[in-house]
Amino acid sequence: MGKLKEFTSSSLFLPVVALAVLLVFNAIFVDGFLTIQMTEDGRLYGRLIDILTRSSSLVILALGMTFVIATSGIDISVGAVVAISAAVVCNLIGGRGDGVAETPMALAMLAAVGVGILCGVWNGFLVSKLKIQAVVATLILMTAGRGIAQLMTEGQIITVYYKPFAYIGGTIPGNILPTNIFIAAAMVLLVVFIMKKTSIGLFVQSVGINPTASRFAGINVTMVIFLVYAFSGFCAGVSGLIESSLIRAADANNAGLNMEMDAILAVALGGTLLSGGKFYVGGSVIGAITIQTLTTTMYALGVSADQLPVVKAIAVVIICLIQSKKAQEMFDKWKAKRAGDQGLEKAVEKA
Amino acid sequence: MGKVLLEMRQIDKVFPGVRALSKVDFTLREGEIHSLMGENGAGKSTLVKVLTGVYPRDGGTVTMEGKEIFPRTPKEAQECGISTVYQEVNLCANLTVAENIFIGREPRKYGFIDWKTINHRAAELLHTLNVDIDVTKTLDHYSVAIQQMIAIARSIDVSAKILILDEPTSSLDEEETQRLFKIVRKLKDQGMGIIFISHFLEQIYDLCDRITILRNGELVGAYDVATLPKLDLIAKMVGKDVSAVRDMEVAAEKSQPSDEVFLSAEHIGATGQIFDVDLKIHKGEVLGFAGLLGSGRTETAELLFGVHPISQGEIKINGKKLDLKDPMTAMEQKIAFCPEDRKVAGIIGDLSVRENIILAMQAKDGILKHIPYKEQVKIADDCIKLLSIKVSSREQLIKNLSGGNQQKVIIARWLATQPELLILDEPTRGIDVGTKTEIQKMAVALAKKRGMSVIFISSEMDEMVRTCTKLIVMRDRRKVAELENDEISSENVMKAIAGGAA
Amino acid sequence: MKHYLNQLVASQYFSFVVTVLLFVILYAAGIMTYKGFMRPQVFLNLFIDNAALIIVTVGITFTLLIGGIDLSVGAVLALCCMVLAYLLEFTTVPVGLAILIILLMGIGFGALQGYIITKFDLQPFIITLAGMFFCRGLTAVISRDTISITNPFYVELASTRIQLGVGFISVGAVIALLTLLIAAIVLGYTKFGRTVFAIGGNESSASLMGLPVFRTKVMVYTISGFCSALAGVAYSLIMLTGYNLHGLGMEMDAIASSVIGGTLLTGGVGFIPGTLFGVLIQGVILTFITFQGTLSAWWTKIVVGALLCVFIVMQAFITEHKSKLSSKSSMESASK
Repeated sequence: MGKLKEFTSSSLFLPVVALAVLLVFNAIFVDGFLTIQMTEDGRLYGRLIDILTRSSSLVILALGMTFVIATSGIDISVGAVVAISAAVVCNLIGGRGDGVAETPMALAMLAAVGVGILCGVWNGFLVSKLKIQAVVATLILMTAGRGIAQLMTEGQIITVYYKPFAYIGGTIPGNILPTNIFIAAAMVLLVVFIMKKTSIGLFVQSVGINPTASRFAGINVTMVIFLVYAFSGFCAGVSGLIESSLIRAADANNAGLNMEMDAILAVALGGTLLSGGKFYVGGSVIGAITIQTLTTTMYALGVSADQLPVVKAIAVVIICLIQSKKAQEMFDKWKAKRAGDQGLEKAVEKA
Repeated sequence: MGKVLLEMRQIDKVFPGVRALSKVDFTLREGEIHSLMGENGAGKSTLVKVLTGVYPRDGGTVTMEGKEIFPRTPKEAQECGISTVYQEVNLCANLTVAENIFIGREPRKYGFIDWKTINHRAAELLHTLNVDIDVTKTLDHYSVAIQQMIAIARSIDVSAKILILDEPTSSLDEEETQRLFKIVRKLKDQGMGIIFISHFLEQIYDLCDRITILRNGELVGAYDVATLPKLDLIAKMVGKDVSAVRDMEVAAEKSQPSDEVFLSAEHIGATGQIFDVDLKIHKGEVLGFAGLLGSGRTETAELLFGVHPISQGEIKINGKKLDLKDPMTAMEQKIAFCPEDRKVAGIIGDLSVRENIILAMQAKDGILKHIPYKEQVKIADDCIKLLSIKVSSREQLIKNLSGGNQQKVIIARWLATQPELLILDEPTRGIDVGTKTEIQKMAVALAKKRGMSVIFISSEMDEMVRTCTKLIVMRDRRKVAELENDEISSENVMKAIAGGAA
Repeated sequence: MKHYLNQLVASQYFSFVVTVLLFVILYAAGIMTYKGFMRPQVFLNLFIDNAALIIVTVGITFTLLIGGIDLSVGAVLALCCMVLAYLLEFTTVPVGLAILIILLMGIGFGALQGYIITKFDLQPFIITLAGMFFCRGLTAVISRDTISITNPFYVELASTRIQLGVGFISVGAVIALLTLLIAAIVLGYTKFGRTVFAIGGNESSASLMGLPVFRTKVMVYTISGFCSALAGVAYSLIMLTGYNLHGLGMEMDAIASSVIGGTLLTGGVGFIPGTLFGVLIQGVILTFITFQGTLSAWWTKIVVGALLCVFIVMQAFITEHKSKLSSKSSMESASK
């Protein structure tokens, strides 16, 4: 009983329950949802694997977003940075029909991730040094970023025929699972490692909760804020690789479209307050998988990709209201009033 | 003597767990400038907030010109004729001077705001206060002093009968203060009742007619300024009889400072905050900064910790001249600082006791040198034991601790960094008596046993007398005296604050 | 000389002066490069082509003035275009009623966002970001394909040219200019407008001075919603379609216009004529790109982004140095 209560009040409660509900729903209404089979060449496939594969880039974005939100900031440019990273990698490898890479793939990938970091550094500079509100600072890159991506691809969709490129978002022969699941897992492990081996987690929370006291305790607040945006850019860069590999092309208009909303939603669902402070990496990861499951479920129900934001927008507002202190106060008052009324009624009855 | 304007009788105000005001009386007459005095937590600001409708009163009556009033919001108080001008001017910096005076009550013509009339009337109104400025410029063009006068003009225009000035002079220089006083006197002559709150004794004796003194939420008494010597006033505020103060025993077990100087500051100052302070602190010494609130105690301490840059003078640590540009530089010199406002600058509320304790140490070590969890636990447990911090577990959130225990955690945070100079700014404010004594003893013990230098700042005179081996007395953001060994007594401190003469 | 320069930089119209200068320089550069810029109609076209953006910018300026933001404007515009097209094509609702319906929709949606933000003390960007996604999604729910408006009256309205001697402007442009005029009057000469500025300057002061803060904040988001809907009408008069991707990224253009025109993102300072020039500058850049012929459309996004960036950095710089600059001038004026 005590354990149950501990679980219901933990940060993982909401995302895990939401995920469970979605999975049960799917298991009942979608045929063969839970089946996982092995192909002849030794790959696992099934709807569950599908969800994991598709949620990999969102998981990565959510990791970066978690830190940003914990410092009470926001990064709405991640979708555009995904598009830029995708454009860079596809541009460098090139769209030659004979399937030859113009630049070694490893180098191209490094460059794409590097550009992602650069975007993050830019955001970090605007927010931490120039003290521009995070929304506006990242809004610049959100919009101009897509322009930059289009500039790189010259408005075309660059399709890459170089075979190994597809391995990032697909399966390397001999593996049983798609590579991007491994990438996402590696990123999660990296974050866990950083959290364990460095004190950045403590500093980020401290800055998010009370920047003044953090300064008095000797923390370099500017540096901490700068780093979280740079990291968010890094995450977006890595996501860009996956997103472009999945379609084997760079589509400047659609790569990473609406992903900023999904990432914010994943973080909020994972229990991190949008006003900053304590953050939960595990929550964000499960939150991201939950969002992807929701997306898949909605597709299964016949909702199209461009209609989906309606559902997600409502989810965001609901989570915001749940998190809102004011709403909680009002609810408590209402409860107290009701309890008072009931008490009064009882007293009257007794009399 | 003028007619009674405002009468507050038997005012009670209770906050959860604290009795903030108990049966306080206060009378204000027409054409009177009345000062409300008392140390921290005496209940001044609570009384003002009850009067201006920020807090509802729990008992007693407030009558104005014979009629009982019940203001529930600052706006309702204003409608009754009670206006307040705060230290931080509550106007909008982006609006013009004229608009700040008239917003919410703009004269209109054909339904639209009549700017011509507004500007004209604002200029006229300010002219009556001897302030002749361009009223069409935005407020942020003018200094705080002018802004305050504009705020006063606004209050006058809403036909105030009572004007409350809450710490109006704390950021004004001498000339500006005199200019403000001229206006206040003019309003007094017009028959307005003025409540003046300030920590500057000189100014109160310069300006006010009567003084009401509060202590611990209770009324000490109301006096005519002319018949109340400064020394008596201070004694009444801190709650010590002057003769009793003289006899008070000085604790025997003080630390013995060594001859080695840890830090010396020569002529340090920061524009508008601190003027020309000299000090030396030896190893193993407990140095006290005495003075009333707002005298510059905290500001001086903050300069030593690099919170603000100094604009004049120099600071030497172990004989080496240093530029303390941020807290980290000071921390590298083994200086530690427990700030005055625990909630705002001390605790990280949503973090655990353990995390709060290791925070400064970790900040000093940097991001990459993560203190292993096991070590964190050990440090936290040691501190909890050493300072006997009462917690249910080291993972308890600090915001759920009592004030005294929160304070101990912050002290623990700094002790963990192994400082050579520990600055304690009001470490005993708002905490229970038992913990107060513990913290005082700890300060002495640190100096005595570890040879640490300690700067101790407190509003409570006994505390300072008991713990410090040297006292620097401050008034009006300047150092006015330095007391050592046998000179340290409440009486001498009060004399120094009162300006030598009693 | 230096003194005047300091005062100019510290003045709240500095941004406006820079903007007007920039516009003049850009336009002059246009005239030097392309003969076409000389024609008065090219200037009037700026108003015709950017009618919707002007209206949206006016709305967003209100929200920026109170220190808030509204990211939903472009999406609300798209939704309104779509509903209008749907009503005119698939129902027998008359044009006037259809327009009324979408205007009410904008008002309702804006009021809802404003209420949620103010009542529950939530960050405006997150709620309006959700609002943006909600409206975009809803637009796609109504139709995933383009709906063309063929209603004869509406088509005629769209092609109506209002002669101005040297050239002509469209109905949309007239609506935009009227919106600008009304907004300028409301902000400058009504209690509501001044309260907006006061809230942006210092919200707690505003409430201590007894101003109706809650009501005003909800009103501001309502106005923004209304302007987005009205811009939807202007937009559909140009496009004559309802489409899911109408007004994509318009929130950014509008914020950029407003900021370039001198609105401070921290609230409290803004100037309606400035926002007009903010839009016009973007229009000129667009015209440049059209005249040039080989430059592609994405350049606008980049240039607007860069421009916004420059102006924001300028704002940050001015705010930081303002205390220094203005403290000087205050001493002088006080010692008069």
